[in-house]
Amino acid sequence: MIAVLLLHGVVAGVAAASGRRLGRFVFLLTAIAPAATFVWALSRAREILAGNPVWVSWPWVESLGLEISLLVDPFSLMFVLLVSGIGVLIMLYATWYFGDTPGLGGFSAILVLFAGSMLGLVTADNLLLLFVFWELTAITSYLLIGFEDKRAEARSAALKALLVTGFGGLVMLTGIIILGAEAGSYSMSEILSSPPSSTVTGVALVLVLVGAFTKSAQVPFHFWLPGAMAAPTPVSAYLHSATMVKAGIYLIARFSPAFAPLFAYWQPLVIGVGLATMLVGGYQALRQHDAKLILAYGTVSQLGLMTAVVGAGLPKLAFAGAALILAHALYKATLFMVIGVVDHQAHSRDIRLLSGLGRAMPLTFWVAVLAMASYVGLPPLFGFIAKEAALEGMRLAPIGVDSVAFFAVVLGSVLTTAYGARFLWGVFGTKPPSPAHLGGQIERPHPMLLAPAVLLVLLTVSFGLVPRWIDSLIGAAGASLAMPDTSFHLALWHGFVPSLAWSAIAVGFGLVLFWQRESVERLQSVTDAIPGSERAYALGLTALDRGARWMTGRLQVGSLPTYSGVILATVAVVGGAMLVRAWPQDMTVGFADSPLQIAVALFIVVAAIATAVQKRRIAAVLLLGAVGYGVAVLFVMYGAPDLALTQVLFETLALVLFILVVRHLPDRFREPRQPFGRTSRLVVSIGLGTFVGVFALVASNARTVESIGFEMAARALPEAGGRNVVNVILTDFRALDTMGEITVLVVAAIGIAALVGQGRRDHG
Amino acid sequence: MMRRSLIFDVSIDTVFRMSLVFSIFMFFAGHNAPGGGFIGGLVAGAALVLRYLAGGSDGSQQVGARFAHVMLGTGLMIAVATGFGGWVWGTEFLENTGVGAELPLLGTVKATTSLLFDAGVYLVVVGLVMEALGSLGHEVER
Repeated sequence: MIAVLLLHGVVAGVAAASGRRLGRFVFLLTAIAPAATFVWALSRAREILAGNPVWVSWPWVESLGLEISLLVDPFSLMFVLLVSGIGVLIMLYATWYFGDTPGLGGFSAILVLFAGSMLGLVTADNLLLLFVFWELTAITSYLLIGFEDKRAEARSAALKALLVTGFGGLVMLTGIIILGAEAGSYSMSEILSSPPSSTVTGVALVLVLVGAFTKSAQVPFHFWLPGAMAAPTPVSAYLHSATMVKAGIYLIARFSPAFAPLFAYWQPLVIGVGLATMLVGGYQALRQHDAKLILAYGTVSQLGLMTAVVGAGLPKLAFAGAALILAHALYKATLFMVIGVVDHQAHSRDIRLLSGLGRAMPLTFWVAVLAMASYVGLPPLFGFIAKEAALEGMRLAPIGVDSVAFFAVVLGSVLTTAYGARFLWGVFGTKPPSPAHLGGQIERPHPMLLAPAVLLVLLTVSFGLVPRWIDSLIGAAGASLAMPDTSFHLALWHGFVPSLAWSAIAVGFGLVLFWQRESVERLQSVTDAIPGSERAYALGLTALDRGARWMTGRLQVGSLPTYSGVILATVAVVGGAMLVRAWPQDMTVGFADSPLQIAVALFIVVAAIATAVQKRRIAAVLLLGAVGYGVAVLFVMYGAPDLALTQVLFETLALVLFILVVRHLPDRFREPRQPFGRTSRLVVSIGLGTFVGVFALVASNARTVESIGFEMAARALPEAGGRNVVNVILTDFRALDTMGEITVLVVAAIGIAALVGQGRRDHG
Repeated sequence: MMRRSLIFDVSIDTVFRMSLVFSIFMFFAGHNAPGGGFIGGLVAGAALVLRYLAGGSDGSQQVGARFAHVMLGTGLMIAVATGFGGWVWGTEFLENTGVGAELPLLGTVKATTSLLFDAGVYLVVVGLVMEALGSLGHEVER
């Protein structure tokens, strides 16, 4: 499994390197990775379905509990097959979708990385690893959505997707860490087999759910997904069907059976959010004119349904959820490919402009009809079977809110039928003649452009007619989520169960809504003014921008005294507060060890005061040097030759460099001006001076354990072979510190060169 | 161009050379006596300052600036490489190993990786001083 994941990385590298030469055929190269994954998954399928999941584990960062542990049970297997199978078709489709667009090499590389991240996500057993893949899908999808980076719309859509899902991911990480701490393990299978039930766990799970909701575009985070259709259509098709948005569903499906019984809020929250999303998405889909947007809001709606179904945590619904996920992936990928074909041939997706396409592209039309019929849930297609299972499960579920939830699902189906019909009519229907209409002279698509969609729709039909073919996979997937011994079977015909009647009612009402579409549109224009979460996002982003600008304006005033004043005042205040808190119990202050020390100290004090009151710059620099030499003398008295040597040398060099700078400046200091005048300077200086002085006193009294100095002195010769302890510390015991210091020196040198060079250019 | 005194030039030159030798001595002495890469580098830096103030930049500025970059880079590289060497041949990053040998005339000679590391420190310090002189000491004759 690890090899399969790595293959995606390798293929991405090769594709990025050879993209220029291969042009659009680079997608045939990248299809190797998902194809290999698909074959691998099929070859292991029998074993996995028989109850022997594939399990690999590899240590990574042991101290964090992060290990590369992958677990492929039947539910993961279903996702692996989906991600890789649809991945292959998407890449074939992309080969004929893109003309000779530049930049396809990098694009295909990111696409294959995206597929690989998704595979990692659905197979990861370690929750931290899952988070890593989770964020990888966010980053790669950002690059995919923003592929047409010259269009501002694509850029802002990509940013929106990244910010929303990235925010959710970070919230989820917090939840995962709390959960891992509570459970004592980051292994998902371990956590789920013995789930912790503390209150803290409850909070952690809400955080995890926020992550899942953002990823799967649930209300109120749903708005990023319709925006993400700014991506090239192959990406949309992949994003909406098998990947990305299914990640949240995947996680909820995994967690629900274990946690729904433990936490009373789980079912109302997850089912409530799911159903709300379903209705909002369906309602929005009904009023779009861009056919791709109809599908995008349709995805939002269907994701809501899936969230509600898998979120109940009941065996029967987990099973139905697995069927829904598969059915949705099949028909949604098909429909997006179809709309891509239409866009490719007619150069428009606006249902007000398209007309007569059903006659111009009959095969495309029938593919769309079949996929949409599965979408709406008409027999004998796979979508029907999945939806029947969900409805029946919902109706019989012992959920507190059963009747409300059930009728919400029926209402959602009404909306689905209505916007499904609107989509078919809008894209392919022949409308009353109008000069704006396209169509008529539209060429039929290249067979290879349509082939992936045809293949998918054939699967939808055959799984519908012969559910036995897919039954073992769905059944095992559902069973691997829930407790064992709960096996269900898919069937095309359940007999005259009530859900059948409700399906028929939903379809009927949906068609009525479609028939009355003009009055519906009038009604919908009334609700336009209601602000939604997208508006909140836009406002938040603007406020952030404005706040940052305000803050920058306040902080970066462009005055050196102010900058240093703020920094030094911060040191004095924050450091001073810490000092007061850490005040030692008893202070012993030694006065002086010899009269000579008093003399040197007096010299230093006098020189320091003279520096401060000196009006001429050169004199001040020299006096400052005198202070430094005085300190060096003190070092000598205490028997620290290395320190004293360094101090003297450094003082000398600093003096010279200071003078080199000061000679360019006026002879005398300028009178301090506002906004950082004399009084403020005095306050800051005295405050800082007091702080440093007191700090030295407190620090010398703060020792609580034995000094390590003796230890170092004792070990210097035997362990490092040197008699000079200071040097041994610098180059051996604490060599890492030294490395850091010389790095700072190099950075400082670069800074000097850059600043002086810049100043010289500025002033000629 | 400033009028130059011959005596001044010659004596500065002598002191400069002696200081450089002294700085190298300090560098090697650091293992067992006061000294080391930092101090050695600072001594060399002080020597450079002396020469700089006495002789000005006199045309060597361009060369000096480029040389300073090379020194800074080489120094840091040596230090980091020593660290990785410790990793590869020892057990820890920056671990110190060394060999000792008896050589004629010189007596016991030891070479340790920490000496190499210290050489990196030395180069960086000297490079920093040269860089600062080259940048800030622009047109020192004025």
